[in-house]
This record gives sequence, C-alpha cells and structure tokens, in this order.
Amino acid sequence: MARLIINSTPHEIEVDPDTPLLWVIREQIGLTGTKYGCGVAACGACTVHIDGAATRSCVLPVSAVGPDQQITTIEGLSPDSSHPLQQAWLQLDVPQCGYCQAGMIMAAAGLLTQNPNPSDEDINNEITNICRCGTYNRVRAAIKLAANGGEATQRG
Amino acid sequence: MNAIISISRRNFMIGVASTAGGLSIGFNLPFIKPALAEGAGTTPEVPEVNAWVVIRPDDTVVVRIARSEMGQGTLTGLAQLVAEELNCDWSKVTTEYPSPAKNLARDRVWGNFSTGGSRGIRESHDYVRMGGAVAREMLIAAAAAEWKVPASECTATKGVVTHAASDRTASYGQLAAAAAQMTPPANVTLKDPKDWTIAGRPLPRLDTADKLNGSQIYGTDLKLPNMLNAAIRACPYFGGKVKSFDAAAVAGMPGVRTVVQVGDTAVAVVADTWWRAKTALDALPVTWDEGPNRQVTSASIAAMLEEGLGADDAFIGNSQGDAGTALSTGRTVTATYAFPYQNHATMEPMNATALYTPERCEVWVPTQNGEASLAAAAEAADLPVQQCEVHKIHLGGGFGRRGMQDYVTQAVQIARELPGTPVKLIWSREEDMLQGRYHPITQCRLTGALDADGNLTALRMRISGQSILAAVMPQRMQDGMDPIIFQGLTAASPEGHIGYTIPNLLVDHAMRNPPIPPGFWRGVNLNQNAIYLECFMDELAHEAGVDPLAFRRKLMANHPKHLAVLDAVAERIGWNTPAADGVHRGLAQIMGFGSYVAAAAEVSVTDGQLRIHRIVAATDPGHVVNPAQIERQVEGSFVYGLSACIYGECTVNGGRMEQENFDSYEVMRMAEMPEVETIILPSGGFWGGVGEPTIAVAAPAVLNAIFAATGKRIRTLPLKNHDLA
Ligand code: FES
Ligand code: FES
Repeated sequence: MARLIINSTPHEIEVDPDTPLLWVIREQIGLTGTKYGCGVAACGACTVHIDGAATRSCVLPVSAVGPDQQITTIEGLSPDSSHPLQQAWLQLDVPQCGYCQAGMIMAAAGLLTQNPNPSDEDINNEITNICRCGTYNRVRAAIKLAANGGEATQRG
Repeated sequence: MNAIISISRRNFMIGVASTAGGLSIGFNLPFIKPALAEGAGTTPEVPEVNAWVVIRPDDTVVVRIARSEMGQGTLTGLAQLVAEELNCDWSKVTTEYPSPAKNLARDRVWGNFSTGGSRGIRESHDYVRMGGAVAREMLIAAAAAEWKVPASECTATKGVVTHAASDRTASYGQLAAAAAQMTPPANVTLKDPKDWTIAGRPLPRLDTADKLNGSQIYGTDLKLPNMLNAAIRACPYFGGKVKSFDAAAVAGMPGVRTVVQVGDTAVAVVADTWWRAKTALDALPVTWDEGPNRQVTSASIAAMLEEGLGADDAFIGNSQGDAGTALSTGRTVTATYAFPYQNHATMEPMNATALYTPERCEVWVPTQNGEASLAAAAEAADLPVQQCEVHKIHLGGGFGRRGMQDYVTQAVQIARELPGTPVKLIWSREEDMLQGRYHPITQCRLTGALDADGNLTALRMRISGQSILAAVMPQRMQDGMDPIIFQGLTAASPEGHIGYTIPNLLVDHAMRNPPIPPGFWRGVNLNQNAIYLECFMDELAHEAGVDPLAFRRKLMANHPKHLAVLDAVAERIGWNTPAADGVHRGLAQIMGFGSYVAAAAEVSVTDGQLRIHRIVAATDPGHVVNPAQIERQVEGSFVYGLSACIYGECTVNGGRMEQENFDSYEVMRMAEMPEVETIILPSGGFWGGVGEPTIAVAAPAVLNAIFAATGKRIRTLPLKNHDLA
C-alpha cells in the first residue's frame, strides 16, 4: 500500500513498488494526460511536478515518492486551463498532434517556477523534451509570452 | 444497404489496398450522391443535412471529417472549406469522424479516408466544398418552403437564412430538420477562392484546447470496461519468427492473464495493466527462429546498393536528349550520395485496442487510414467486414507510419484469444524502433557536364536502392518500375517535376531491395531526391565558378513557379548582400506533393560545431486554406527533415536494427531549432500539399550552407557521422 498525493488529492493504492510513477498515474489513478514516449527519461513526455520540480516520471519508481510529496500532473496544473502557460499555449496555438505537449507545458512550468524570466539559453538548457511534430519555436514563444504576463514578444 | 452486401470482403480489401498509404494517383471519387437519398442520418436525435453536415437545434454545426488529424491541421482546414460554402457561423463549428464501416455501408459517401501524401485537402477540397454548398442550398430551400417564397429571394449568411423582402430570418439550427427533407440541388457553384471569408484565413485550430490540459484522448489513453492491456515483442530479426517461449515462466507474475503467440512472428503478454504486461514480457524467455537475414548489415546493404550504381538494369524515370554522349565531352563532375534508413518515431508509439467476439470485432485505433484498419481488422478477425467496426482515435503523430496496419492485425489476433474482453495493445518505444516501416535506403551517383561557359549541358542521376511500392503496394508498380522513386525528378507531373531545363538528362533507378521493410515516411522519396539534386547543383555551380543562385536561375526560365519560390527565399535571406560574420548560406528548391518549395539557410560552423541560425522557406501550394497552419507545417517539417539530416540513421547489424530508443536514435531538440520564416506564395489554379513538401528542402539548403562555411561536401547522412572541423 502506498500513499500518494496527486493534484492535492491523497490516494491509497496497492502497487508494486518498482512501478514507475508514470504508470501508476496513468493506469491506477487513471490520469492519462501524462504520456509515455520512451520510458528511459529521454523525451520528457512523462514530465510531472514533484514538489514543484519538473520530473520525468517514467524512470522514477513509485516507492521513491514520499507520502507527503505533492505530485502535480497536467490535469492539476490549473483547474480550468488558466495557468499562464496554458493561456499562452492557447493564444499561440502551439500544439500539433499534442502528444508531447503536456510534458512540454509541465517542463516549462517547472522552469518558470525557478526562473520567471528565462533567456533563450535558459529555455534551451531546460526544455529538452522531444516534439516530433516540430513545435519548438512556438513552445519557446509561448514560454516567453507567459513569462511576460501575456505580452507578446517577437516570435523566436 | 444493398451496397454492403454486394461488396465482397475480398473486393473491399483490394479497394482499400489500392488507396492506402502515401501517394495515391488518380483517385477519382465521383461526386458524392447526396446522402439524403440514403435515408436518415447517423446521429439519431439530429438528422444530418447531408453526409458532411449535421446542425443541432442550438445551431452547433458538426462537420464530418473523413481524413485523420495527426497534428497537421487537416481537421481545421477541411472544416473551413465546408463551413465556407455552408455560410455558417465559424464559432459554432465542431467536427466528428464518420466511421469507416459507415462509409462502406453508405457507398463510400465520404470518399477516401487515407491520410498521407499531403492529400487531405488537395484531394478532397472539391467534394467537401460541394458538401457544404449543397447543405446550404437545402437550408435555404427549407426556409423558402416554410415561408412560401422563392428560394432565390433568400440569402444565407453566418448560419442564418434571411428573406429580406418580408424581413424574416431563421437560424440553421431551426431549419436543419426540414432541410434534411429537401431534395439536394443537382448543381451548385463553388465560390471563387478570392471571395472566401472562412477558408483562406489564419484561423486557430479547432482541436487545441483539449491538448493543453490532458483531456485529449489518444489511443494509448483509451479505457473500456473490463479492458486488459497487452505488451508485445515481435522477432527483431527481419524475416525471422517465434521458435518457442516459456509462458509458464511468467504466468504467475503479478497481473498476468495470458501469454499468447501473435501470428508467426510475435509474442504478447496480456495483464491487468500495461506496465505489468511489459514487466512480464521482459522476463519471458523467447527463442527466435532468426530467419535468413542474420548476415545482413548496413555494410552489406551499402555494397548491394553500390553495385546498383553501375548496373545495367535500370528503370528510366526521365530522359531528355542524349546524356550518355553529352557526358563524354566537356568538363564533368561526379559525386555519389547516400541516404540512410529512418524511423518515423511518432511520439505516441503504435497501439490499437480490439474487442472480439465470434460475431463481431471492434477496433479503436489512431490510424491514418480507417478503411485499411477496417480491412485489417476483418482479415485478422476472420469475419465479414460488415461485422467489424473501427473507431478512429486522435493520433499522437503519424508521418506515414500509421498508414500501415500491422499493429491493428496484432491487436485483433490477441483479442481473439480473449473473446468478449477488450484488449489494448501498446508497443514499447523499443518495439516501435525495431518494428518500423523505415524510410527506404538509396544511393545516387550523379554526373554533370559543363560547357566552356559553365553551362550545364548534361546530367545523369543513377538512383540505386529500395522501392517502397514494391514492398507495400505492388499493385501500383508499373511494369516492374516504382514510379514514385523519381519524386520531384520527372519531366512533367502535377505531383512534382524537375524545375530545370537540362538539354541532356537521364534519371534512372536500379532497384535494390534489402530485406528491411520500407514505408512512407513524411516527404517520402522527395527527401533524398532533393538532397541529391540540389546538393549536386551546388557542386556543379562551384565547379563552374558561378554563384549557386545564378547557376540555377539560368536553367529555370521554363519553370516560373519553381523559380518564383527560389527567388523569394533568396531575396528574403538577402542572398546578394553579405551575411553576418561567420554566417554562410545555402539554397535549395524542389517540387513535390503538388507544391513548389524552396529554402535558404544560414549556418555557422565553429570548431566543428554546426549552428543553424535561420531558414527562410517559400511554398506555392496553389491555394491556401489556412496560412497559420501552413506556417506550422513548414516549421514542423523542418524539424523532422533536419532531425534526419543531423542525427537520423537506423543501422542494421546481424539482421536487425541497432537503435532501440531516443537515446540511440537522437532527434532534434529545442536548442538546435533555427528561426524559421515562411513565405506563402499561392499562385492559384491548382491544389498542392502542405504537410510534406517543405521537409525536402531543409536538408539540402543546410548542407549547401555547410559547404559554404567549411568547404566540406557532406554526401552521406547523417551529419553526426562527420567531422566538420
Ligand atoms: S517517457 Fe519519460 S522521458 Fe520519455
Ligand atoms: S505536438 Fe506532436 S509530438 Fe509534439
């Protein structure tokens, strides 16, 4: 039995301790916004926050998460898609297929928490998620838009 | 319903096969029989106005979309075209996919479902617009009948029909039920694109909101009551199969329900969760019959292709003048290029969910071709197609891979072992990398002859390598020749012809098919053909001592559309003015998927480190349905094309692929992304594709810029294998 706090809700679950957090979230909690892309921490599709820090959940055994740690998934980033990043993403119409986008947004939210006004360099270093559809330039622009409180800067 | 019965499963399968996958030639759907004639609509509460349009009492307009949305924006673009003719209120538009079985039952009223070859819009714009226009006329007719006035006195704007003379109005929602009873007009006139107000505009996508908060459901996210999950491993050796496996070794592992052999080639574990299925699969002892290809390596494949470069047997794709004689005189330049295998690596791995009973089979699948999925399901279920159904789910990327149906077949084969229980099959990334339908491998030897003034008098291109059609759609081969191997290089084709007039030209193909399964991969053969042609043009210009733009322009007088896009990128990048210190430029142009495209790149190479600063792209797709989505497709195609150029390579060793995940199959990330500027130059009069064509010019423009920066000609990809210092 493990206790996990996901999007502020505590869950008591029966789980194999080695199970990666990703699969607990997707298959046992039933929140499927967090995606599987590689399973080896190479793509970022599975990014969630643990106590506010962006974390690739596909390689993190559920047993490594403490009972009081706050896990946030894309579903819990805001109750109504009102997070500044979600708003910026909407304004710039960023997603293509969308499969990588939850991970992108969660990685970007982790970055903005630590660094509210990231430079291009900071974004390059921190957002290493893969998008095969090729939304990178709009992801960058949306992060800057959100960092600027919704004021558009030149598109990067 | 007679239509269903008269279509035997076998005929249907053939019909589907001929339209599946990448480029379909000559698809010709007679204009849709108005759906009304076939009875009530598909949504029981609300009758459809016709096959394309359902309008609810609250004025919501549901536009039916036959093609698959996989990120390319076709859903929004097609809806714009229907809405344009319908004269509805765009803010009320939503979409739905009709089902493949329904399409079959209704005599293919929605036409082709296949989504590939950048054909979504260009191949269906006429009949979807017609669908919108017919529905509009039926709504007007319903209002006119109600008001007892001539229809010609009524107008329809923004979802409201108005009879000005009597000052009466009715909304589409109020009229829809009556409109459904109207006789569809025999003829409608489509609007001139210059009068468009919904189509042609940079409207936001219709499918963005759900992708921002986790609510968009992909195939991997599907939940059905009592559903089980399957993980699969197919023989990694091409041509091999399962010899034996020890199910008992994992039968007692947590959550495991069963271990099954899937066809000849694969084993799957079915468990309560996918993670448990995969864990047990990883522990399952399997012995493979490794098949006949254990000796095949990348080196042996390269040798096979090299032999083809000089072989006598070849299919001719374009022949002008007498290249052989012309090449024996004057100054000649020869070079050999090579393009490796690539994996599609969609972010969402292949998956499908199947529910089988002896009477019926249902499949939920992200597919680029719902009808091919239906055919595959029926075949695997061994049921008449009328007893099968496919539910199309949003795709987490496609790029051509999801035109193939191997994972559908597997899902049904597994579900047959558990009748009545839905089973969701998800491939691991490793499975996805090892069981690809790879971008085919080719090499090309080019020889050009220059006269004393540096004019190109002859060009010979010998392509040696793999045919996609031979493996995937043999019925489309022409007397043994694969016509699409020559994409972008043919003499005259609305699909894509060469943009240079070269007095003596010979392009031919020695087909060499290694035992690696090929598939349509975004851009298809245009990818390597553009590299071969456009990098070699640069080599020739260099040899002639002529500026690469000027060298090309001399050959392009008869190709004004090719020239226009090339000139546009050259002008925007400032070709005739010096670049910033340390920055170097390259150009490329080609035509493919019906569109004319060009790119100009700016790069720098510092201590061997490549940086792509900026790429300007231009495209002439004839007509523009949504310029904002075109910009996104251009940028996205560059990421895909440059990922291949810089990193992409699947290498073969011991008869199997070596790369198993993104740690060994690297792709481009944010830090490497250049600025992209897109110039859209619609010249009208034709409909070209958007999702693919520009992919092909990214790599040659960058490679030519690298030469300008370093003096190094990169003729084999990917770049990561080369030292640029
Ligand atoms: S799925 Fe976790 S990083 Fe790719
Ligand atoms: S939007 Fe498709 S992978 Fe990023």
